[in-house]
Amino acid sequence: MATTAPAPARSRRRAGTLPGERSLVASPSTWFVWAGMAVFLVFLLGILVTVVVDSFGKQWFDTWAPVEWTRTWYSGAWDRFELGQVIGVTVGVALAVVVISVLLGVPASYVLARRSFPGKKLVMGLFLLPILMPPITYGIPLATVMYAFGLGRTVAAVVLVNLVPSVPFVILTMTPFIEQINPSVESAARMCGASIRQVFTRVLAPLLIPGILAASILVLVRTVGMFELTFLVSGPGSDTLVVSIYRAMTSAGGGEARQLISAMAVMYTVTMLVILVVALRFVNPTQLVARVKESRDD
Amino acid sequence: MSAPRSTASLRHRLAERGIDPLLMLVLPALLFTIALFVYPFAYGIGLTFQPTAATVQKWGGGVFANYLAFFGDPFVRDSVWITMRLAVPAALFNVVLSVPVAMVLRRRFRGKRLLSSMLVLPITLGTVLTAQGLLIFAGRQGWINRALEAIGLIDEPLKLVNNYLGVMFSLIITGFPFAFLLVSSYLSGIDPSLEAAARTLGAGWWSRFRKVVLPLLAPGLATTFILTFVLAFSVFPSARLVGDPGGTTRVMALMAYRSFGEQLDYPMASTIALLMGVVELVVVAIVFAWRSLLYKGSTGGKG
Amino acid sequence: MAISATTFESLELRGVGRSFGENAALSGLDLTVKAGEFIALLGPSGCGKSTALNCLAGLLPLTHGQILLDGRRIDTLPSEKRGFGMVFQSYALFPHLTVEKNIAFGLQMRGVPKAEAAARVREAIALVKLEQHAKKLPGQLSGGQQQRVAIARAVVLEPSLVLMDEPLSNLDAKLRLDMRTEIRRLHQTLGLTTIYVTHDQEEALSLADRLVVLREGHVQQIGTPDELYDHPRNWHVADFMGYRNLVPGTLASVQGGVATVDLGGVAMTGTPVGSLAAGEAVRVAVRPDDLVVADGADAVRDGNALDATVAVVEYHGREFAVSATTDDGRTFHVRTATCPEPGQRITLTARAARVLVFAEQLASAGDDSGARERVLV
Repeated sequence: MATTAPAPARSRRRAGTLPGERSLVASPSTWFVWAGMAVFLVFLLGILVTVVVDSFGKQWFDTWAPVEWTRTWYSGAWDRFELGQVIGVTVGVALAVVVISVLLGVPASYVLARRSFPGKKLVMGLFLLPILMPPITYGIPLATVMYAFGLGRTVAAVVLVNLVPSVPFVILTMTPFIEQINPSVESAARMCGASIRQVFTRVLAPLLIPGILAASILVLVRTVGMFELTFLVSGPGSDTLVVSIYRAMTSAGGGEARQLISAMAVMYTVTMLVILVVALRFVNPTQLVARVKESRDD
Repeated sequence: MSAPRSTASLRHRLAERGIDPLLMLVLPALLFTIALFVYPFAYGIGLTFQPTAATVQKWGGGVFANYLAFFGDPFVRDSVWITMRLAVPAALFNVVLSVPVAMVLRRRFRGKRLLSSMLVLPITLGTVLTAQGLLIFAGRQGWINRALEAIGLIDEPLKLVNNYLGVMFSLIITGFPFAFLLVSSYLSGIDPSLEAAARTLGAGWWSRFRKVVLPLLAPGLATTFILTFVLAFSVFPSARLVGDPGGTTRVMALMAYRSFGEQLDYPMASTIALLMGVVELVVVAIVFAWRSLLYKGSTGGKG
Repeated sequence: MAISATTFESLELRGVGRSFGENAALSGLDLTVKAGEFIALLGPSGCGKSTALNCLAGLLPLTHGQILLDGRRIDTLPSEKRGFGMVFQSYALFPHLTVEKNIAFGLQMRGVPKAEAAARVREAIALVKLEQHAKKLPGQLSGGQQQRVAIARAVVLEPSLVLMDEPLSNLDAKLRLDMRTEIRRLHQTLGLTTIYVTHDQEEALSLADRLVVLREGHVQQIGTPDELYDHPRNWHVADFMGYRNLVPGTLASVQGGVATVDLGGVAMTGTPVGSLAAGEAVRVAVRPDDLVVADGADAVRDGNALDATVAVVEYHGREFAVSATTDDGRTFHVRTATCPEPGQRITLTARAARVLVFAEQLASAGDDSGARERVLV
């Protein structure tokens, strides 16, 4: 077994691998994996392409592709659902959530990364809970409180509910990031005569920027895509794009024309992609999740 | 042993226990969490014991009327089972399948970066767009059915959406990339020299996976399962849009929304939401118990 | 040369201690440092030497005692107000700043005018011979270069005291020797008062004017290198000073400055250190180079003759390092000029003056109860 088993694994795809990195998975299962990935990608592309095709088709029922093409669904959707305003709200809410959650979360993660204090475990647990719980579990009581305070259907409420999972998210991603910064760098700065405030602004801030950017992008993407919580407290004037699409899809009486919704969905994806492309100019998103992996591969 | 009495000031003695002004930095986030998470949560729990008059009239039980209604009404009670039947297989599928995929993608090959990005792409799509795409792509006249009919595999279009299967597809498409990302990062935390060492000791690929990689990966897999499960468990838009919201995909979240948004019965909505949390935490606790039973060494990956 | 030390009369540590909860990492450190002195804190890891350094730096608050600079209490000042420089084991360079900017950082913090700061930075870079690398980031430098930057960053501030926390322990053996010379050279040219933490006795002996040997938070001995080398106060200090053979035995008798120790049936004579009483448990300490293989019965010195079997032989250039085991299982380390065969029977001997006899019990100055209790833990 010991000497014969690796043989099939060696036979294929050997050229590109290093001795220590040869796959554990032998050929048949490798092909199974590739097939699975292929199915996944077919579904993924199918979903994307059909929505795009649908949004440009005049009518599309019983054929492979729409018979006639048009761009009117976009202008139609734009006017009908006041998308200019909706996208404005979406971007505004997302940016507000990012800024506030970084301002609240980063100082807290610094303390959690550097200090041990009585009750630290409790505090950590408290920050972990909103991520572990289904959003609806705390979302419904939270929305009830919001309505009771008269905040219902306001943009402020949308920002606040989205902060509930975002602040812990920033804390949980930034704490390990700060832990891997050598604390003696801070001591060195103090020995050089820097006050605590200067240690933060002159030494820590520049070192934290990559981590903060990566966490911000993840929060941004999560917030733009967050449906469950936003839906609970938003209303006309404070709906984000996802919620608008959902409302259009489920509106009473058969709903809107399918192509209108497809057009909106395409606009949603484009918005998301624009955000990502802009963000990617600043940071590598795998920095947090797969830092070790990247460094080993390249 | 008693050290000679400390000559340090109170401030120093507190600092020794880790209490110093820097600790104030944790306060804003802590106060925020208390105000927007702990307080509403406690408020919600209180609300579950203040049923509406209508609930009390129908189900009796005084302050416990909401709970009686939850467990008494089969339409609501069955949603627990319906939710589990969707979330557990979806989470398991995503975690189990992402292990071989992550292992294969550990190798170097041409186009690897593109493939990895493709796998992660659905994270940006969101549930709503996925739902819209699935409805068209996998619908009766969608490309899937059309293709299968064209090559003669089927005569009648398969029913792939507006049922259990549709929601499952949606959960896999949105959940798999997430599981894949996490598993890859856990896998990358395992020192490749361990596998090399196992190889020099004569372990074949299966033994290396079973005896070296899997035990080191297990805690990470448990964490991934929990996070994926949480995502799948609170599924709401897809259950409504590509599922059969009245029947096989009548999940708890849907029930909670129905009470909240349509019936405006906040106490009942809070009750369902709270019980959702309880059910989920039970599953999480079981996984954690299994994880600590199975594995007691230090984690191979991060966390 | 413009860079020089800010001078002072004396730095005094009075009963300095640091406890973590019930656990005393350092207690009762009394030390007066004169300007320009090079002091090494020596001890195994966990002995409290780094704690002492961090207390001096102000990175750890004291729990006991005071630190006075020219009679003025400074232990209540925050680190940045003490005007000390520090060199860290892990270099602790700011990874986002170039070599130049790393060195200039402290000057900026102190509001030194730009032109003067630039001149001083140039000078500091020249001092550590890094002119070629001034614009590089720390990540692009080797370990030795990084440590030189760290040293330049500390001395450019003209600190009244430079603290060095095992600055050479991350470097490889050859570089360590070079940097040791470098540090000594800088100390001589700049006259910087330095406190240097290390676990390497060779480093401490070669660099320091005075050594402080610590064990479990307690000072074992303070003295000049030759004092410690020739007259260690207890077997712990002896261990650090190269007495590799530390063999437990029972004291048979002490007479006229000669102690006779019973090593499981074999008697050995040596010089007692401190007051010892017959019957007491003792440790016999001999350096490997003071122990010799006796060529014949007449070569035995002062009646010390130990029969042993050669176990391991290592080649060390001019000589051989031999481990030999006596019949009752005690291992002795010895240096020989000729190469014995493993398994060969040899007789070891040493002059009584070169054999030190210490009490097994390590008493530390003042408070020894704490030390003893911790030994039990």
